[in-house]
Amino acid sequence: MNLALDPKPVDPAVGRILKIAIIAVGGQGGGVLTNWIESLARAQGYTCQATSVAGVAQRTGATIYYVEMMPASDKTPVFSLAPAEGDVDVVIAAEMMEVGRAVMRGFVTPDRTVLIGSTHRALAVSEKTAPGDGIANSEEVRAAAEIAAQTLILADMDRLAVEQGSVISSSLFGALAGSGVLPFARDAFEDAIRRSGKGVDASLRAFNAGFEAATAGVAPAVAHETVSTERKLVGPVTLMRGWDDLATRVAALAHPVQPIASAGLKKVVDFQDVEYGTLYLDRLSEFQTQDGPERDWELTRTAAKYIANAMVYDDIIRVADLKTRSSRLLRIHEEMDASADKVLELTEFFHPRAEEVVSLFPAKMGARWEASPARMALLNRIFSKGRRLRTHTLRVFLMLHVLGGLKRYRLRTRRHAVEVQHMADWLSACRDACTEDYALAVELFKNRRLIKGYSDTHARGLTKFTKVMSAAELLKGRDDAATWVQRLREAALQDPDGDALDGAIETVKSFL
Amino acid sequence: MAERSFKAEVEHLRKGDGEVFTGEGILAITKALLENGVGYVGGYQGAPISHLMDVLADAEDLLTELGVRFEANASEAAAAAMLAASVHYPIRGAVTFKGPVGVNVASDALANLCSSGVNGGALIIVGEDYGEGSSIMQERSHGFAMKSQFWLLDPRPNLPCITKAVKDGFELSEASNTPVMLMMRIRSCHVTGSFKTRDNVSPALTVKEAIANPQSDFKRVVLPPASYTHELEKIEHRWPAAEAFIVENDLNEIFGSKDAKVGIVVQGGMYNGVIRALQRLGLADVFGETDIAIYCLNVTYPLVRSEFDDFCAGKDHILVVEEGQPEHIEQALGNFLYKGGHKIKLLGKGVLPMAGEYTGQVMLDGITDFLKEAAPDLLPGQVRAPNQEAPAIPDLSQTVPGRPPGFCTGCPERPIFAGLKLVEQELGKSQISADIGCHLFGSLPPFEIGGATMGYGLGPAANGAFDGGGERRAISILGDGGFWHNGLSSSIGNMVFNKSDNVVVIVDNYYSAATGGQDILSSRAQNKTKATNNPISDALKGVGVEWIRQIDNTYDVGHVRDTVREALTTDFKGPKVIVASSECMLNKQRREKPIRKAAIKDGKRVEVPRFGVDADVCTGDHACIRLSGCPSLSLKKLDDPLRDDPIAHIDQTCVGCGNCGEVADAAVLCPSFYRADVVHNPAGFESWRAGLRNRTIRWLQKRRDAKRLRFEDAPA
Repeated sequence: MNLALDPKPVDPAVGRILKIAIIAVGGQGGGVLTNWIESLARAQGYTCQATSVAGVAQRTGATIYYVEMMPASDKTPVFSLAPAEGDVDVVIAAEMMEVGRAVMRGFVTPDRTVLIGSTHRALAVSEKTAPGDGIANSEEVRAAAEIAAQTLILADMDRLAVEQGSVISSSLFGALAGSGVLPFARDAFEDAIRRSGKGVDASLRAFNAGFEAATAGVAPAVAHETVSTERKLVGPVTLMRGWDDLATRVAALAHPVQPIASAGLKKVVDFQDVEYGTLYLDRLSEFQTQDGPERDWELTRTAAKYIANAMVYDDIIRVADLKTRSSRLLRIHEEMDASADKVLELTEFFHPRAEEVVSLFPAKMGARWEASPARMALLNRIFSKGRRLRTHTLRVFLMLHVLGGLKRYRLRTRRHAVEVQHMADWLSACRDACTEDYALAVELFKNRRLIKGYSDTHARGLTKFTKVMSAAELLKGRDDAATWVQRLREAALQDPDGDALDGAIETVKSFL
Repeated sequence: MAERSFKAEVEHLRKGDGEVFTGEGILAITKALLENGVGYVGGYQGAPISHLMDVLADAEDLLTELGVRFEANASEAAAAAMLAASVHYPIRGAVTFKGPVGVNVASDALANLCSSGVNGGALIIVGEDYGEGSSIMQERSHGFAMKSQFWLLDPRPNLPCITKAVKDGFELSEASNTPVMLMMRIRSCHVTGSFKTRDNVSPALTVKEAIANPQSDFKRVVLPPASYTHELEKIEHRWPAAEAFIVENDLNEIFGSKDAKVGIVVQGGMYNGVIRALQRLGLADVFGETDIAIYCLNVTYPLVRSEFDDFCAGKDHILVVEEGQPEHIEQALGNFLYKGGHKIKLLGKGVLPMAGEYTGQVMLDGITDFLKEAAPDLLPGQVRAPNQEAPAIPDLSQTVPGRPPGFCTGCPERPIFAGLKLVEQELGKSQISADIGCHLFGSLPPFEIGGATMGYGLGPAANGAFDGGGERRAISILGDGGFWHNGLSSSIGNMVFNKSDNVVVIVDNYYSAATGGQDILSSRAQNKTKATNNPISDALKGVGVEWIRQIDNTYDVGHVRDTVREALTTDFKGPKVIVASSECMLNKQRREKPIRKAAIKDGKRVEVPRFGVDADVCTGDHACIRLSGCPSLSLKKLDDPLRDDPIAHIDQTCVGCGNCGEVADAAVLCPSFYRADVVHNPAGFESWRAGLRNRTIRWLQKRRDAKRLRFEDAPA
């Protein structure tokens, strides 16, 4: 029960107790921030009390620090040791879901609470382990925080601090100063950092960044950690002519299809060549002719996405190519901050099994070997072990470089033959559905999302895909076929072993 | 070396008469011990009193100067047993551990100690791990005081009161020949504040002096007929003496108006929560002045009937605020009232919940409900008839994910559980019993390797029922802390004795890591006051374990997996023990990071490893995360319209432990991972060779790029 209490109690002095809750993830430096606030308050003639909950919660779990303060006098005030719902003046939440947790626990109320939050995400284990997209919705938290807080200050405090070579406690302390909620001047805050005497300069820079973020108000909503660059295709002039022809064909497609078809085409051409791109557009065109503007070309748009993904399968040639590109080395140098005076050494972790080796064989020979357990066992004996490839050395680089250059040969491999057959079956199912049930055809295209990963993970994905496609065959003709296929796919993405999917399929079978 | 160093704070322990100490509750207790002439201290670490042990360890120089002996005890039982020194000798002793689990372990020694009675003051400082942030079962230590007849202090949670309780505790103990337990709640251990210090006092009789003149008295031995006499002594002498001391020295406090019709009886530790609720109701001012009468029990056992009767005089309603269950105090007070034939109405559990922490809201609701019944006219108008609608805040319970504690970035235990998980996928699920320590996080997702946990060092013992064998061997997990605490004898020794055929994995991270990285017997660090570097495998051999596999690098997931598989499938009959050893990463980083930084600055050659994921190669299936859960291995959404699912991503906090690469290899996951070793201050030849390699690679890449179409860049 939440009592609606008058925010101004009888003793006006009670209202002068400032209550600050800091909600952090273990290891974020909540203790440092608490120490600064205490030091600040005492230096400014305040009586101050802080508490925390240590113990195992500090090992990456959610933790709370709590501070109360008021101007010092002869008598000692009675402070509380924990924040209470509806009774907190300032909430500092060091991560977006912790912002949500603070709101959820009732510490943020519209009558009094200044909420200072960091929009960055430290994903919880449950968000990361889902085979699909299990990331919690930050926008829901933002919307709730806007309603719950009297004043809301949100910014990526982690980035602001890291950019200054510091940690989030500094930028949050800056934001607390910038919010103006404590009756102390900015200098007093900075003195508290100086007194602590560790990494002072970096802390002060991050403090400043946090201060400015707070005074600037709420930062606009931005999508979670996105890299917004449209990828361009480059190459020699002769080949670019062929590309231009393809681009012209894309321009002739229905307008809403163009962006995704263009992205798909680039991916396919980057994977193989212009001819392969032509094949992609041929496949796509077939579905455009069966589509129309009534449903905003949903079928073609979906086909454009998933046909491209299916055509760009992850074989050894692709991996070797990606691992030896100049753009990759450049990116790693940047990410690892390996400037010219340092040497960068790279180790890749490969574990080829007989399946991968055979997939590189010429198609017919590969099929024969795959059918023979003895031969597969032999290959496993020779090849199957973890291989640490040191790609900064010339010998290893050259090996991968050569493998990555086998594009022409790729079209004759066992893997390609398998992929072509799989594609044919899939497209034929989509084609069949097209005429009778448009929505179902769209869903069948989307099922391709289930196939991802390498080795066992890939095999499990394929199994799930097959299960959902077979169930779709059974559902055909029903009004809710598309809805059910969508449900099945979502179930398949919930857990790695497909338990949820099997359950959902049982349900489907029960009413068929 | 412990996780947190108190070397700087320890200097404050030297403060003398009239100075002011400002700091944490735990540190204040240490100071109070020294001011009260303690002769020996000890204990066993565990939240929330780990820091007390760390402070004592860091203060060892000062303790030695004063003639105080500090003993890092093997367990809570050992700590309680050490108080035997106060049975015969007039020396004050103090030990600390967590409650109630530590008290459980200590209960054997405590019961004997209480029967014998003490001559010197014996103080047991218990960190009661209850409520938010607790890592153990939710119980109370209170019952132990009742069954063994020792006295329980629960002071108001501020530094002057806590330090006074130390003094009172010693004096009460000596006045009544009974050990005294000083109970500290989680938050009061870490509460900060100030108090006026006094000079430190050397013990009147040091343990060194005492040992020169040994004493014994068979009347103090717990054997018949003395044990019968002890029970009578408790009831006829010690208990009345304690009550007299409590009353004469005003250990319990009365606040508020004497004439009030309503009163609140509260445990000292809950006093601030009661006052806050009254403040919010407009019934108390900022300094705790209130018109409601409050009887604050700084001593929660024994309860003094005469004092309680006096408090009740003239009142019609009493509320007992007692956190936790069962409601021992309320039952006792109700008994007093009933036997005294009082008409007064007693409320407690009912308006307040029987179970769970008394948070701000719980206290506010409970006291409001009490006053609604007892004195509705005292309540502010809007409480009696609320007229304000609280604004509706969207429900986030389906949005915000739980965030239980887990293995730290680079934790050496992660690859052990990855290996166990791989064997489980291969051979099927085994019966598993877990133990206490960081490794218990292995029972949470993503690994979910674990089962019941029965107590410290009892992991293998908890699989005792399965020692007779069966279709599949049972596995138990034990940490190095648990091994030395109790595991060597209770668990391992008895597996040998009972010819168990099961498997034990000992997780050896060089420290008692979960409690804050304290050194133990098998720690690798050199510690000037302790004998470390005693290998676990030697102890195993000593108790007769024949099948021992020592893994010196837990990050080798393939090796861990193969060893576990071997243990589960070997023909060898008898206990199979795997000792998996790698240093706690938290401690390792704390030690090595500053050294590395300095070396780089000095121009020395240093390799810094970190892992990365190739975004184009990663398909977003998250199989790697299901074998890791590392905080630095996270997800990233790409701005690619062709991608549905976020891909794996390793952030800057990666310490390059190697688990990602090992798992990708051992589990045959995918080739997305790479390790980048950045060589700072490379040697001349190394730079020259790297330059040559880079130029050649660049030439090869250019040559190929001239013949194909490709993306201009790859996503970062």
